[in-house]
Amino acid sequence: MTATAPAAEATVRKSSPGAARGPRRRTGRIRRIGLPYLLLLPALLLELLVHLVPMVIGIVMSFKELTQFYIRDWGTAPWAGFDNYSVSVDFDAPVGKALFHSFLVTVAFTLLSVGLCWLIGTAAAVFMQDTFRGRGLLRALFLVPYALPVYAAVITWVFMFQHDNGLVNHVLHDQLGLTDKPSFWLIGDNSFIALLTVSVWKGWPFAFLIVMAGLQNIPRELYEAAALDGAGMIQQLRRITLPSLRPVNQVLILVLFLWTFNDFNTPYVLFGKSAPEAADLISVHIYQASFVTWNFGTGSAMSVLLLLFLLVVTGVYLALTSRGRRTAS
Amino acid sequence: MLSLALAASACGGGSSNGGGSNDSPKELTYWASNQGASIEVDKKVLQPELDKFEKQTGIKVKLEVVPWSDLLNRILTATTSGQGPDVLNIGNTWSASLQATGGLLPWDKAQFDKIGGKDRFVDSALGSTGTEGQDPAAVPLYSMAYALYYNKQKFAEAGIDAPPATWDELVAAGKKLSKDGNWGIAMEGSNPSENIHHAYVFAKQHGADFFTPDGKPDFTNDGVVTAVKQYVDLMAKDKIIAPGNAEYAQNQSVSDFAKGKTGMLLWQSASANLKSQGMSEDAYGIAPVPVQSGTPGAGKQVNSMVAGINLAVFKNTDNLDGATEFVKFMTSDAEQKILNTAYSSIPPVKAAQQDAAFNTPANAVLKDTLAKSAVALPQVPDESQFETAVGTAVKELFADAAAGRPVTTASVKAALTKAQQQMPTK
Repeated sequence: MTATAPAAEATVRKSSPGAARGPRRRTGRIRRIGLPYLLLLPALLLELLVHLVPMVIGIVMSFKELTQFYIRDWGTAPWAGFDNYSVSVDFDAPVGKALFHSFLVTVAFTLLSVGLCWLIGTAAAVFMQDTFRGRGLLRALFLVPYALPVYAAVITWVFMFQHDNGLVNHVLHDQLGLTDKPSFWLIGDNSFIALLTVSVWKGWPFAFLIVMAGLQNIPRELYEAAALDGAGMIQQLRRITLPSLRPVNQVLILVLFLWTFNDFNTPYVLFGKSAPEAADLISVHIYQASFVTWNFGTGSAMSVLLLLFLLVVTGVYLALTSRGRRTAS
Repeated sequence: MLSLALAASACGGGSSNGGGSNDSPKELTYWASNQGASIEVDKKVLQPELDKFEKQTGIKVKLEVVPWSDLLNRILTATTSGQGPDVLNIGNTWSASLQATGGLLPWDKAQFDKIGGKDRFVDSALGSTGTEGQDPAAVPLYSMAYALYYNKQKFAEAGIDAPPATWDELVAAGKKLSKDGNWGIAMEGSNPSENIHHAYVFAKQHGADFFTPDGKPDFTNDGVVTAVKQYVDLMAKDKIIAPGNAEYAQNQSVSDFAKGKTGMLLWQSASANLKSQGMSEDAYGIAPVPVQSGTPGAGKQVNSMVAGINLAVFKNTDNLDGATEFVKFMTSDAEQKILNTAYSSIPPVKAAQQDAAFNTPANAVLKDTLAKSAVALPQVPDESQFETAVGTAVKELFADAAAGRPVTTASVKAALTKAQQQMPTK
């Protein structure tokens, strides 16, 4: 668009030489500088509307005492100062303690899920690096969980995890005899395993996809040279593949972390509104704090705290990894 | 997550005007609750009636049947944003909570007179329309009560002569029925609302309540703890409920009963549902829900909550007159007969209740229970939070029982303490 603007201006200038040259040139310059901004404006306004406005409103809400008595006209809700925050971070009191418990569960869940997703995804990508018959089919098959709509996929898992008629118990208990009696997967402590399973199943194809793309960029010659020097498979992996994937992995891990930490759909579809304690992820916990107890002020305060935490983690992560990259180069 | 929690309220805040208008007099939006076996069934029942209403008044009603899992959230979102239906069904136990939000049109005398007066309705149903002493937030539409449904053939095979009248008798009968992969009774262990309905009646039978007289949560008093333990013990100690029921929340217990996997079922107005699942009316009997001892009545002898659906007008409606007209239509004697027959519920309208259709033996039990031994759930603003908090606590206790962990007085008390801590403090 910047290329066409001067061209158009040139034709205008050519067709009317002489008179009123000054102002026209000025409007031309304004047009030249203004046009990109003008074209950006709709996107900018939408961005403000869709992302920033709700966020700012959320931050405002977190300073209000927004209970059921005020939700109809929440402008009238009294200001609560930092009350909602102090309730959320008072880890000796019930609300804060529950939030902290949920936070720990989420951290453990995220570390395990991201780790497993990365490991399985990378392993699969590396093994699929060489061409063999049926590679394309396998690749497509691996991507299916990622392509399925979340709700449909997780609902299927709910059926499979059912105690009485579920496929998981049928295989583990009825056929393999691994358990003494059918286990509960959707309630009680096992719910953590169920959640982790679904999350990894759903998440690893993305890691697979990204690492596979990263592998395409590693020059074949490196491997050939290494092979000539007598490096085995493991050494090639350690010395060539992993270091070359470093920039890809940095982004991949961050994205997986943010998605998993914030995941709402999986636990919500799996367990409904009240998740079992062992699988009480923070997103559902905050949802419950706002929608189930009808206290949107506290819920917003918790959301803001979550946002701050993720900002800090992301910032530190980026600072650390980019410093690593600088020293490496 | 941030945006999710906030999105609902982000567009709101502009609804400071005092109430409805009549800007679009020819149209209404109606949110119905899921009363039939499925949402499709509801549409089939309601649409002909809505067409009738359009013929009479020229007002077109747009129907949406909202599943129970979404209904309360949808109402909350509508209240916050001011964008909602004109007329809506609410679970009658939510009346006081929703009344407190100010989102529903209060039914004062003038408003009630437009639909024929408050005294057209049965008292017990009016007792679940909002906080006492305030104008009701809604009008009773369908009334229901819990009853004990029992499989006649299974009872005969197990040598049980009569339906149990006390809990001891129920446990004894349940033990006889629990064999060869069959079980005594079915429960919805993961459904917080079902858990609350039972726990509340058990508490009343022990002379206890979940709230103090001035409306403060009191979940850990001895009566309540004993009551909740007695309920969960049906699975934990008496072992007459299949452990798998701990994760039931989609009315699987009704299917189990219809298929003959369990011999008994505690349910509200189940006839239509059982019929749609292929169980013939001769196959089961209906008896009052057991009490601790003696016969059902008032006070400690209650054996059901006042279950039911209320019809409310959304305060922000842009067709106030039409909405009122629609409520009048839905609560008219003729419509009450049609709708309550279709849903096997009892009309809360006195005149309609006299109709022969509601004097069958099945309905007699329900009518009798509603008239003599049903108790309204607490009509306090925190009611819906109470349903979720305590209902979830009981769900976790069922999970313990199902996994074979001991359910003790201490563990029940701990679960209830946690529930009470989640309640709003202001």
